[in-house]
Amino acid sequence: MKIACPVDEKTMETGVCISFGRTPYFLIYDTETKQADFVDNSAAASQGGAGIKAAQTIVDKKAEVLLTPRCGENAAEVIKAAKIRIFKTGVGSAIDNINAFLDGKLSELDEIHTGFHNHGG
Amino acid sequence: MKIAVLSGKGGTGKTLVSVNLACAAKSSIYIDCDVEEPNGHLFFKPTNIKEEQIKVKIPFADNALCTGCRQCVDFCKFNALAYAGGQLKVFENICHSCGGCVLVCPENALAEKERIVGMTHKGDSGNVTVYTGFLNTGEPSGIPIIKKMIGENNQKRASLTFIDCPPGSACIVMENIKDADYCILVAEPTLFGVHNLKMVYELVKLFDKPHGVILNKCQDSENPSEKFCVEQRIEIIGRIAYDYELGTLNSNAEIAVRSSEKYKTIFSSLLQNVMREARHGTTINPKR
Amino acid sequence: MVQLLILSGKGGTGKTTLAGAFIKLSAAKAYADCDVDAPNLHLIMTQQAQGEKSDFYGMPKASIDTNLCVRCDFCRQSCRFGAIDNESNYTVDPFACEGCGVCEYVCPAGAITMTPAVSGELILYSNDSVFSTAQLKMGSGNSGKLVSEVKKQMLSAAAHADFAVIDGSPGIGCPVIASISGADMVLIVAEPSVSGISDMERIIKTAKSFGVRLAVCINKYDINKMNTQHIEVYCSNAGVDFVGKIPFDPLAIKAVNNGKNITEIDCSSGRAVRDVYKRTVELLFESKKRCEKCE
Repeated sequence: MKIACPVDEKTMETGVCISFGRTPYFLIYDTETKQADFVDNSAAASQGGAGIKAAQTIVDKKAEVLLTPRCGENAAEVIKAAKIRIFKTGVGSAIDNINAFLDGKLSELDEIHTGFHNHGG
Repeated sequence: MKIAVLSGKGGTGKTLVSVNLACAAKSSIYIDCDVEEPNGHLFFKPTNIKEEQIKVKIPFADNALCTGCRQCVDFCKFNALAYAGGQLKVFENICHSCGGCVLVCPENALAEKERIVGMTHKGDSGNVTVYTGFLNTGEPSGIPIIKKMIGENNQKRASLTFIDCPPGSACIVMENIKDADYCILVAEPTLFGVHNLKMVYELVKLFDKPHGVILNKCQDSENPSEKFCVEQRIEIIGRIAYDYELGTLNSNAEIAVRSSEKYKTIFSSLLQNVMREARHGTTINPKR
Repeated sequence: MVQLLILSGKGGTGKTTLAGAFIKLSAAKAYADCDVDAPNLHLIMTQQAQGEKSDFYGMPKASIDTNLCVRCDFCRQSCRFGAIDNESNYTVDPFACEGCGVCEYVCPAGAITMTPAVSGELILYSNDSVFSTAQLKMGSGNSGKLVSEVKKQMLSAAAHADFAVIDGSPGIGCPVIASISGADMVLIVAEPSVSGISDMERIIKTAKSFGVRLAVCINKYDINKMNTQHIEVYCSNAGVDFVGKIPFDPLAIKAVNNGKNITEIDCSSGRAVRDVYKRTVELLFESKKRCEKCE
């Protein structure tokens, strides 16, 4: 399966980005091929609706799981419509969190925040 | 004659001035364009209210025709659309109603429906016809409501209209002064007041609008707004003294002109100044 | 970082004066002015050094190349914002243009392009404390995004700070909504007038829909004691915390006009604001503690 995670830089060892909608890149990790793909997040520079656009990006990459520290309600709506499950990241790098997820140590993200309502953030 | 009353800073007395000038005239129209926080109607308490809902157009997809090609999603500059789970999602609060997605859809799968963002009330209060705009809470922009009220009144150029503007100088204020014949800038004698006065002054100059300043809440102490007007040679068309009686009337939503002979006289004289300046301003600037 | 946002609904109730007082009393290491349309906080929080300025780009604006234009009128007919004028050459009104790109799409001659447009300026002061502010270019839209940029700027420059005071704007629209995101508590400064009460009710309704902790204080309470009482009763019925009242004080105006903070001089409003501050902070940290216990 493919796991998506917002990251600060294009390496597996980098930190998980604190923002989902405005992360500079997404890491798309394929658990079968063990390939790591880095995708630019075009939503980062958007005026508004960044969460929605970022969500569309990971939907299009056919991710099945999203690991993120937080997620706004508009983005969550898109992600859930595509049946992608969202898990909350903890401390550590992107690869640390992916391993934690595979070990069943991460829990699902249930505090979806009200988002920035089209105004960045 | 359309007169816009603006200030930059909130709380300087736009509503006090526009409501009382409207009442001091023989007959007039008052339009409350501060649709986020409208106050004029609290003073006028208009009757015979005609209500109209204000709507904007929002796209929706016919799922039978939609092929999921995503051209609409890619086109939308506001990121109001997403395609997930085999369906098009429209985020109504983010959509700017530009109609672009409907145009680009190769399958003609998109149509538009209406979404209510607020309402307008038209009512009577003695010699004044009162228009009030109300933006629904949670909606981001009142511009469609203002456009409706101003547009509706564009035909009535023969009457005297006072436009009570929102604070600030952003695009929502600009929408109000675009068609005004004259602008009254209401200023208070504080550091914050003069700072924001400078901004609306720039705005009226940018739009080349004839304008004048009314100094409100004047006391004996130094008035930084007056100083600014003198330095910039801006016409001061009136002064309203800080007065406990006026403050009390105002805080109880009573119209000074209708409650007190003293204020009826003060605002009638102020109105005469305003009309003289406004006529003069429009004569030398006829294209407005 | 715990964020306290100060709003009012109605303009002129005293948000900025109160924000200035709270910043001094809390010795906050981070503060921001989110009233990007009419910022005033910098006038009483004088800074020692020049701030770092950066351009803020709003939505791109359309522009028409007259040499390529064939005057078909499709652009003007398709523009929902009345931004295209054909008095002489076809031109775009940059104030009305919302950057939707429809005109660029419909133009058969490729005469229209969307170009980035500066719609404001961000300023960051980072000395002993971090102060983030901005000025929206007049006639611009998009104030909501600039508000978020102001907060983002403050958060990244002051990551070490544990408490931030944010001065908000009047109204209930997009810039106010943008400022509420991320706030731990909203303190509403109300004014005891019929207008002030009406506006306060609308901002309370707006803020409540975001589920953020709310409190109300009354400024210039003695200009109408009956209305002050109405507000206190309203708050109690609406389940909103009431944190105190401040009298109308001519000395406050004098202080502000001299660029001073009301806590720096001996005056009735300065004394009253200390109590309001104390009660606000108690509520704010008590609710934070309760949240931490749940997690």
